[in-house]
Amino acid sequence: MQWMSRLPRRAWLLIGYAAAAAALFSAPLYLNDFRLNLLAKCLAFAIVALGLDLLWGYTGILSLGHGVFFGLGAYAMAMHLKLAAGGSRIPDFMGWMGLTKLPWFWEPFKSFAFAAAMGLILPSALALLLGFFTFRNRIRGVYFTILTQALVIITVTLFVGQQAYTGGTNGLTGYTKLFGYSLTSGTAKTMAYLATAAALLAAFAVCRHLVNSRFGKVLRAIRDGENRTRFLGYDPAYYQMAVFAVSAGLAGLAGMLFVLHVGIISPTMMAIVPSIELVLLVAIGGRGTLIGAVIGAILLTQAKSQLSASYPDFWLFLLGALFIVVTVFMPGGIVGLIRQARQAILRRRSENEITLDSIVSKSNGVV
Amino acid sequence: MRKVGWLKGFAMVLAASLVLAGCGGDKNNEAGGASATGSPSASASGAAASGDKIKVGILHSLSGTMSISEVTVKNSELMAIKEINAKGGVLGKQIEAVVEDGASDWPTFAEKARKLLSEDKVATVFGGWTSASRKAMLPVFEELNGLLWYPVQYEGMESSPNIFYTGATTNQQIVPSIDFLLEQGKKKVFLLGSDYVFPRTANKIIKAQLAANGGETVAEEYTPLGHTDYTTIIAKIKEANPDVVYNTLNGDSNVAFFKQLKDAGITSADLMTVSVSIAEEEVKGIGAEYLTGHLVAWDYFQTTDTPENKVFVESFKKEYGEDSVTSDPMEAGYVAVYLWAAAVEKAGSFEVDKVKEAAKGIEFNAPEGKVTIDGDNQHIYKTVRIGEIKEDGQIVELWNSGGPVKPDPYLTTYEWAKGLSE
Amino acid sequence: MEIWISQLFNGLSVSSILLLIALGLAVTFGLMRVINMAHGEFIMIGAYGAYMTQQIFKSALPKSLFDAYFPVALLASFVLAFAIGYLLEVTLIRFLYGRPLDSLLATWGVGLMLQQLARTIFGAPNVAVSSPTWLDGGWALMPGVVLPYKRLFIIALVAFCLFAMYLYIYRSNAGRRMRAVMQNRDMAACLGISTRRVDAFTFAIGSGIAGIAGCALTLIGPIGPSIGTYYIVDAFMVVVLGGVGKLVGTVAGALGIGVFNTLFEWWTDASLGKVLVFLCIVAFLQWKPMGMFAVRSRSLDG
Repeated sequence: MQWMSRLPRRAWLLIGYAAAAAALFSAPLYLNDFRLNLLAKCLAFAIVALGLDLLWGYTGILSLGHGVFFGLGAYAMAMHLKLAAGGSRIPDFMGWMGLTKLPWFWEPFKSFAFAAAMGLILPSALALLLGFFTFRNRIRGVYFTILTQALVIITVTLFVGQQAYTGGTNGLTGYTKLFGYSLTSGTAKTMAYLATAAALLAAFAVCRHLVNSRFGKVLRAIRDGENRTRFLGYDPAYYQMAVFAVSAGLAGLAGMLFVLHVGIISPTMMAIVPSIELVLLVAIGGRGTLIGAVIGAILLTQAKSQLSASYPDFWLFLLGALFIVVTVFMPGGIVGLIRQARQAILRRRSENEITLDSIVSKSNGVV
Repeated sequence: MRKVGWLKGFAMVLAASLVLAGCGGDKNNEAGGASATGSPSASASGAAASGDKIKVGILHSLSGTMSISEVTVKNSELMAIKEINAKGGVLGKQIEAVVEDGASDWPTFAEKARKLLSEDKVATVFGGWTSASRKAMLPVFEELNGLLWYPVQYEGMESSPNIFYTGATTNQQIVPSIDFLLEQGKKKVFLLGSDYVFPRTANKIIKAQLAANGGETVAEEYTPLGHTDYTTIIAKIKEANPDVVYNTLNGDSNVAFFKQLKDAGITSADLMTVSVSIAEEEVKGIGAEYLTGHLVAWDYFQTTDTPENKVFVESFKKEYGEDSVTSDPMEAGYVAVYLWAAAVEKAGSFEVDKVKEAAKGIEFNAPEGKVTIDGDNQHIYKTVRIGEIKEDGQIVELWNSGGPVKPDPYLTTYEWAKGLSE
Repeated sequence: MEIWISQLFNGLSVSSILLLIALGLAVTFGLMRVINMAHGEFIMIGAYGAYMTQQIFKSALPKSLFDAYFPVALLASFVLAFAIGYLLEVTLIRFLYGRPLDSLLATWGVGLMLQQLARTIFGAPNVAVSSPTWLDGGWALMPGVVLPYKRLFIIALVAFCLFAMYLYIYRSNAGRRMRAVMQNRDMAACLGISTRRVDAFTFAIGSGIAGIAGCALTLIGPIGPSIGTYYIVDAFMVVVLGGVGKLVGTVAGALGIGVFNTLFEWWTDASLGKVLVFLCIVAFLQWKPMGMFAVRSRSLDG
């Protein structure tokens, strides 16, 4: 264990980042079509998980409505893809519903840039709006969480009901090309995967920067004592709104990438069950650590796929048990477990040899 | 300070190893596939046809809201596979079913379809129930040139070269049932449906048909999926005073609607309803006493009088218990397996393109009577039936189309349907 | 005129159903601050309790006694849900006090497992429960207005449950102990109250009431493994809108949502009605974040 402590912190981080990035970016070389697609989906979920972690792990606000933001991003991208697939004709479902002409708000989605921008702006704007009303009225904790559920119900019911404009329960599907390239070709898939991996790394870097900045410190202060922070002269509402908007924007980004890989977005993806599952990604990985969110997203999505393939009649028991065990017995998630293990090692070592180092690290833990 | 460093480093490596683990699992699979194949000429279907077994996929929702309906379809498909295996399999190979759970979640259907095709290398897939699940799987099957057998009645307006549709399209269920109602003099129709694609599209067709044939749509109401309180809807029905309620409600909503309809003192004698999503299985879940006398439109009932159906019902009860019932989608799933097997035998190969080519015009004496695959749109000719629900939960046929009806998913042969499908 | 009367009655009826499904939650969430996402599954347990009772009556007892199954089923559902709730509290929930958001996730897991358990035992398709014949039909108030007996029965049942809960919470020694523990746990413990037992008992009562709700709902709705998911969000909305921790708030919340839902659905359609109701709830909570009847407290972070 000695050699571990000799390497400086930065070197460890660099090795870790390099290994993870190398593994991510080389994945197309050794994964088959299905596995690469699944991994890409995991990475998209990891981006939402990062955003949720900012909100829940760092600021203490639990949103059960992130499916909506994810869905808005996904719909923005899907609208563009749908229009690109149809050429000059209007999307098929509109014809069946009696529309003869493209609705005005679909028009600008012919431009990829507009669609991509909307995929980020729409979720963030909705989050700002909801945040403006709730946080300023000091609605928080459980009440906020339940309000986000109301948001989910409203949005899903609207999307399902406005079938002529949204495709109803069938959602939007049947995309063929992006930028004029066929989406089904191997190269396009690899590019889409790499774009997702790059987006994840970028999102990770942004989140890391945020939590290490003064902004991040205020967020944690709000989590640990909202009123104390208020008395120190900060207005928590603005910080909460900001982090909610950022988090929603990340969910939108993830949604856009998700659509590229999965090829469908429908209102069920925005409903309450997927929204809660998104939160579980963070819970399982370890809230309050960014890497935990990423690990949780990759692990749980893979596990779900594996379990449901191996035990189709039985896997919900396993999934349910996993949630219970994680929240009750390992609230720090996987990363929390690792941390505990590390502390156990450190403690044992400090019993054997009392060095200045271990005293410092011990007192760090206490303070 | 150091602690955070190595923690994160470790976590990163963990993340990286997860990715590798994913690839490891894949490598194993591929190795397994290759060794089992044992032949150098492993074509797309060659891997699936390795040894004396042939893999097929079964992809239905075994959990979540749709499992209510889909589990029984899975059962009847598995029974068909078992029967074919007992008779020696197809092309001398035993069929091995790979069962996957779509979990009532459409992206999961897409994911699992991809897995079945590119990892398990199945020869074909039987699966799906909701239109959304089919629409989610469709691009995957077209991209990987797979073959999907879809066993449920649906709203039409689709014919993918990679899908065979063994359930009814609109002109094999809805259109004839409206004709039947008009003949009976039931002209004022109240349209009630769950708020999703099938009811909305179906009602659009019905409205056009009624308008062209002297009927009248008195009102059109939709309720959200899973809606359980129908008092207000029933009040609206009373207010509109229709001759008949055309019901496209889905799943659990039917239970609430019919229970509350009876509570409101309305029986089938006062107000007739025609349902297109209630089969024997659903009658069992609602309780026959609430449904007695109401009508349903399908292509198959458990009581359908054919020698094939006697065998089918008998073996189903033997397999899944005396209490189990058979229904239209279950029969369509069962038929799908047999049609595929017949097409494979005719093609002499498991390759998708050859099977598709061979499938054209294949006939099969199904429990519902003779069915034929239409080569143009890959739907099948089916006999349309309208039946009345009896107290014992069985459905007794009142009317049938007299013979198999040619599938017409885009309703091109109906004058009034011009403009519906563009 | 008839329409107005029958719609008013419908609104009342919808409110009574909402109140029935929310009452149990008013205990587990309102008093104990456990976000019990498995509440819907306790409703499901109650519904299957009714189904099992009915099967027993069908197979073991003479046909003439069949109509008596329903009162027995109500009791059986309560006992069954109570027992499972007690078990759940002892094994799981007690680790989660003071961590409301964690309790949400863990009980969500419990809900998943209970759903799958029901699917394994009873099969995925719905099962049918026939209602007793003495509840068939309705009371013809005036021409064109028939009040179904089942609806009237549910309203009476809710009134009864409400009254029983009122007596228990505000007028009995056990209820006094319960309130003491919920208001100031440490002080209650100092005074010799076994807080562990009170916790377990309170949670079990909340679950038991959900069981009664499930049994009553078999009269008008489906019985299947996933029916709990239809009711859970509505139940939370009722409790939050009314104000957490106040029984009278829950009643007001249910009435408000029920009546407005019926009205909006009449004026527009079912989907839009639902959206409007939820929008109203969100808007109302902006105005009164603590709900209609807030528990007044001077503590800042209460």
